[in-house]
Amino acid sequence: MGKTIDADLVRHIGKLSRIELTEDQVRTFRQQLSSILAYFDKLQELDTALVEPMAHALEIHNVFGEDRAGESLSPDQALANAPQRDGDFFKVPKVIGDSQ
Amino acid sequence: MSRIVDLSVVELREAVVAGEASAAEAAKAYLDAIERLDPHLAAFNEVLAERALQQAKEIDRRRQAGEKLGPLAGVPLAVKDNLCTPYGRTTCSSKILANFRAPYLATAVEKLEQAGAVILGKTNLDEFAMGSSTENSGLGPTRNPWDTTRVPGGSSGGSAAAVAGRLCAAALGSDTGGSIRQPAAFCGVVGFKPTYGRVSRYGLVAYGSSLDQIGPIARDVSDCALLTAVIAGHDPRDSTSIPREVGDYPARVDLSVENLRIGLPREFYSDALDAEIKSALGQAAEVYKSLGAKVVEVSLPHSRIDADAQGNLSSYAVACYYIVAMAEASSNLARYDGAHYGHRTAESVSDIIELYSRSRAEGFGEEVKRRIMLGTYALSSGYYDAYYLKALKVRRLIKNDFDAAFQTCDVLLCPTSPTTAFKLGEKTADPLTMYLADIYTISVNLAGLPGLSLPAGLSRTGLPIGMQLIGPVFSEDAILRTARMYEKASGVTRLKPGMVKD
Repeated sequence: MGKTIDADLVRHIGKLSRIELTEDQVRTFRQQLSSILAYFDKLQELDTALVEPMAHALEIHNVFGEDRAGESLSPDQALANAPQRDGDFFKVPKVIGDSQ
Repeated sequence: MSRIVDLSVVELREAVVAGEASAAEAAKAYLDAIERLDPHLAAFNEVLAERALQQAKEIDRRRQAGEKLGPLAGVPLAVKDNLCTPYGRTTCSSKILANFRAPYLATAVEKLEQAGAVILGKTNLDEFAMGSSTENSGLGPTRNPWDTTRVPGGSSGGSAAAVAGRLCAAALGSDTGGSIRQPAAFCGVVGFKPTYGRVSRYGLVAYGSSLDQIGPIARDVSDCALLTAVIAGHDPRDSTSIPREVGDYPARVDLSVENLRIGLPREFYSDALDAEIKSALGQAAEVYKSLGAKVVEVSLPHSRIDADAQGNLSSYAVACYYIVAMAEASSNLARYDGAHYGHRTAESVSDIIELYSRSRAEGFGEEVKRRIMLGTYALSSGYYDAYYLKALKVRRLIKNDFDAAFQTCDVLLCPTSPTTAFKLGEKTADPLTMYLADIYTISVNLAGLPGLSLPAGLSRTGLPIGMQLIGPVFSEDAILRTARMYEKASGVTRLKPGMVKD
């Protein structure tokens, strides 16, 4: 904790988040993320060793639905907002590359 | 009869059913009001004038044909623009969804329409509901009808401003950390976030899925009770909605709560609270005492607000909330990839990652980027335990505090916001300052509780002061009745900003 956020870390988080950052943004976010994360460190004051984490407000688990086919969107509805389409397919640029 | 736009939802529906006003007249009156005042407020992202008039005419036709009319027959409403509608656009006030047309209708809106409501349009919000002032909207800020140099609060600022400004009879908002209650407080109207799971989230664009809840914003408590009853209930399309009977809130809202015990959470009355708000809440507590309620002090230690030597505020609840909300947001907003719908970069890209990264860079605003990045970081390898898991544990502590408090009282009475409406631009420079605007509302979402904000009068400078009532899970009936008791006794209701002329 209390880890310094340097420019490389901001770039790394940008990459993980799939958000391209300009160098100006790297500078601004570095400062803002550092102060917000420092604020989050306040939680370390609390001893939570024996506390059960609470992921959800209501204690509901595994709500099962019937295994039955329902209505679904038609291809035209599903593709209505597609930035590019090719017949019944979403069209994207060629994806073969050196992505990590 | 008063001007149509000054009638409450309940009154307008009665007038329509009795034939004293037509639904078409009502829709026209509101569309005229929008045309006149919305250029000053910018509450609406989109006005669905033609469709609204058609809906209204259909209600009038049904009335003339002697058909049964629903509990919202002919009442013009607005819905926050993060609720999916197959008509108009659903933008979440984000450039990334600027032209998005949803293929389906949100359950809560569907229920309004089934009840006979007329949908006037979609209201502005902080982009993806991330903000407390509506200044983060990608379409420009909404202004407060009480003072157009001030914010309406957020993120449901468009809905709250529209209700206060008489641009709709009532509206739907969504509340992840206070986004219904805080704007209701800033705009002098009533806003209700029901228990998590009480209202279906189907068709609500997801932000923090374990926190989000849809609820009404209206000009009085009775209208809130009616709208809550209409939209609540189990929905098989939202597996977190609860299969539990919905109370007859409107029929019971005028019944006083017997042997009411009001709890004042000590930590919420610290020096962080504006003196005028503190005094208004003290008077509200006196009103309850005069009605026979017992007022007791309770403690919510993990929601307390600390101030350091420089006066900087901090709170476990705020830290916990933002970690949870940002982590959930980073996952929920991964779907905006420029591939299936939403904005895609026009530049040529060399691979799919670049398509994602550039489309998202162009489409998301700064606050959304900040939250996605912080959430991604909090969930990333090596930091998960320190941030996310830690926050989930603190969330349990916060909930336990409420459970303990409700051992000695039925409803908590506390402020909705530490200040009245602030000026546009006042808090935009520092994101942390803005996060602290939610200091009294976020714990409620973490614990999944119902919370309501209602007006407790005006400040010396003429700005609305909000007070918040919080109850245990599924205490909607008791909260609404407790709110109504104050409203009736104090006469503080249907506050009308000066810009709304008679």
